[in-house]
Amino acid sequence: MATTDKEVNELIKREYEHGFVTEIEADTFEPGLNEDVIARLSAIKKEPEWMLEWRLKAYRRWLEMDEPDWAHVGYPKIDYNSISYYSAPKRKEDMPQSLDEVDPELLKTYEKLGIPLHEREKLAGVAVDAVFDSVSVATTFKEPLAKAGVIFCSISEAVRDYPELVQKYLGTVVPHGDNFFAGLNSAVFSDGTFVYVPKGVRCPMELSTYFRINAANTGQFERTLIIADEGSYVSYLEGCTAPMRDENQLHAAVVELVALDDAQIKYSTVQNWYPGDEEGKGGIYNFVTKRGACIGKNSKISWTQVETGSAVTWKYPSCVLRGENSVGEFYSVALTHNYQQADTGTKMIHLGKNTRSTIISKGISAGKSSNAYRGLVKFGPGAEGARNFTQCDSLLIGDRCGAHTFPYIESKNKSAIVEHEATTSKVSDEQMFLCRQRGIDPEQAVSMIVNGFCKEVFKELPMEFAVEAGKLLEVSLEGSVG
Amino acid sequence: MLSIKNLHASVEGKEILKGINLEIKAGEVHAIMGPNGSGKSTLSQVLAGNEAFEVTEGEVTLNGENLLDLETEERAREGIFLAFQYPVEIPGVSNLQFLRTAVNAMRKHRGEEEMNAAEFMKLAKEVSKQVDLDPSFLKRGVNEGFSGGEKKRNEIMQALLLQPKLAILDETDSGLDIDALKVVSDGVNALRSEDRAILMVTHYQRLLNHIVPDYVHVLAGGKIIKSGGRELALELEEKGYGWLGIKDEETADSAAN
Ligand SMILES: Nc1ncnc2c1ncn2[C@@H]1O[C@H](COP(=O)(O)OP(=O)(O)OP(=O)(O)O)[C@@H](O)[C@H]1O
Ligand SMILES: [Mg+2]
Repeated sequence: MATTDKEVNELIKREYEHGFVTEIEADTFEPGLNEDVIARLSAIKKEPEWMLEWRLKAYRRWLEMDEPDWAHVGYPKIDYNSISYYSAPKRKEDMPQSLDEVDPELLKTYEKLGIPLHEREKLAGVAVDAVFDSVSVATTFKEPLAKAGVIFCSISEAVRDYPELVQKYLGTVVPHGDNFFAGLNSAVFSDGTFVYVPKGVRCPMELSTYFRINAANTGQFERTLIIADEGSYVSYLEGCTAPMRDENQLHAAVVELVALDDAQIKYSTVQNWYPGDEEGKGGIYNFVTKRGACIGKNSKISWTQVETGSAVTWKYPSCVLRGENSVGEFYSVALTHNYQQADTGTKMIHLGKNTRSTIISKGISAGKSSNAYRGLVKFGPGAEGARNFTQCDSLLIGDRCGAHTFPYIESKNKSAIVEHEATTSKVSDEQMFLCRQRGIDPEQAVSMIVNGFCKEVFKELPMEFAVEAGKLLEVSLEGSVG
Repeated sequence: MLSIKNLHASVEGKEILKGINLEIKAGEVHAIMGPNGSGKSTLSQVLAGNEAFEVTEGEVTLNGENLLDLETEERAREGIFLAFQYPVEIPGVSNLQFLRTAVNAMRKHRGEEEMNAAEFMKLAKEVSKQVDLDPSFLKRGVNEGFSGGEKKRNEIMQALLLQPKLAILDETDSGLDIDALKVVSDGVNALRSEDRAILMVTHYQRLLNHIVPDYVHVLAGGKIIKSGGRELALELEEKGYGWLGIKDEETADSAAN
């Protein structure tokens, strides 16, 4: 009705905070993709022969695959030969060995994004791997982590320095042929983060990666691999932003998590890629494959995501619950506005006995956006006593947006139990009137109501990020009310 | 303080208020009674600035200032408070956070420092005791799962926190048990002061034993058809609305009360 519609029209005129471009000299490949490009990429990264072979195998497989079209999203066909597959800031030395050697221009960029890379600053308890376009430019707190036995480095370094670990696990959770975008990523991934937490170690600090796309016409294809050995624990966060550009840019990442016996991985994402402008021009295509394998008994993988950016999001962080008594969790807030489209959700694949999973999804749609939850809960024949709880809530702001829910359940085990709850609600005129009657600005009212709606998910985020996420929603809904 | 002249308002094209005239001075308590559907809540909502209602004629001033020009939140900051007949729920937003945001919005408007969480918590606990609500209600979602009576007490708690100039109480007494009626009345009486006015809508004369009004008005068919002192309420209780010459359809539901 009158109030809310008017407000919403104004609210969706928000500003994207991180839209600036860093002027920095870069080495960028000509657009185009073929085996030579992959070989060049591999050579630049000084990769061993096996890695190149792995990539080429993936590439050949990818050539035979079709882009998925089942998602509830629409976008013009992507010409994969018009994208540049590598862009890295020029540097004097081959690899920066310490923070002092990182280009000051880059340090400034991260500072501006609120991610200071000095170890003593705001994020004193969080180790950061900063990935800029195709490369990791710095990784903080490496030494204290090494003391604890934790390996935290860029995946490129890991390929060179820890080949046995990488070879053992890379592609085991998300294989080459898993899907079109994962195949592409396997062929051309340029950097990302590698984490290994040894047996019995509780990682002494939060680990994080901050992804920044800067260069135009390039795609970002990062690869993250996290291995939690028996009885270990790690909490990992990722954040992402990009400049405002009129052209769409592709981000196709793959994240693989492996949890062995009694290990726990908590993976949190605050995704704020450039969403495009009010008319739906520009923005990032975020086509991401994230999957965790609970291999060991009593292991646990927990995904928490706050998705506010990107023009199109296609993302289903999933858990394969193989180990007995293993646990998978998925907590998600996905906010879309203007012309953003999101098709996101999860897959919980129960294979082991007494495996349990929880799915809490909160979709918020404003403007003319479209927001879909897609979730699969599957019980294999061996999933004796397994159970899932799914709660899927949608909140609509205004009446020109859409929310859709696509839950799929497949069960091959009669003892498995699924509980499913779903609600759709609106920010009502009455709620807005109550807030305003108490002197609260309409903008603040909407953001308060939306935050309240997301509470169950926010409480799963690490402290530093919970505050950030709340603020992010506020900014995402910002734009004065007339 | 509040001056209403020939106020007409409609909702979805249907005229509900058909020329209301009312003067309220600081320090006064006015009671509005009248049959169901006569426009009492509409008047309250229009004064508070609910955009679902359209003012088609007339004027309203608050301390000389044109109230109808102000946005809802601006009216609130100028001191208009409405205790809702049917308070709405806001799931997931804690009562405490909601109240603090409201109090701080008012403070900001007055150029005062915002209250931090700890300070506010202390204040809110005191006020919740005043309306006999357990402090645990501060942690719950706004009106989320509150009983009818708890919602009403929550409304009065908000009035006590926000200290308005004009408190409009729309049937704050409905659905209260005897003890709660006492608590709520005490709360309202605590609000009474020289520089504050209270406009309360009620169907029950028994509330007026607790909160003694200076004036009683009868609203019927979108107009104030009779005004008087405290004794008018007693007379209404005895005789109903019929003797005032209200058409049958307008009294149809009032017997139920
Ligand atoms: N949003 C609306 N749409 C349509 N009609 C409405 C709306 N709001 C109020 N009305 C109508 O306006 C008239 C007056 O309603 P109002 O709520 O002001 O009555 P009231 O005097 O408060 O009644 P009660 O004693 O039952 O609370 C009623 O006929 C009601 O149906
Ligand atoms: Mg009413």
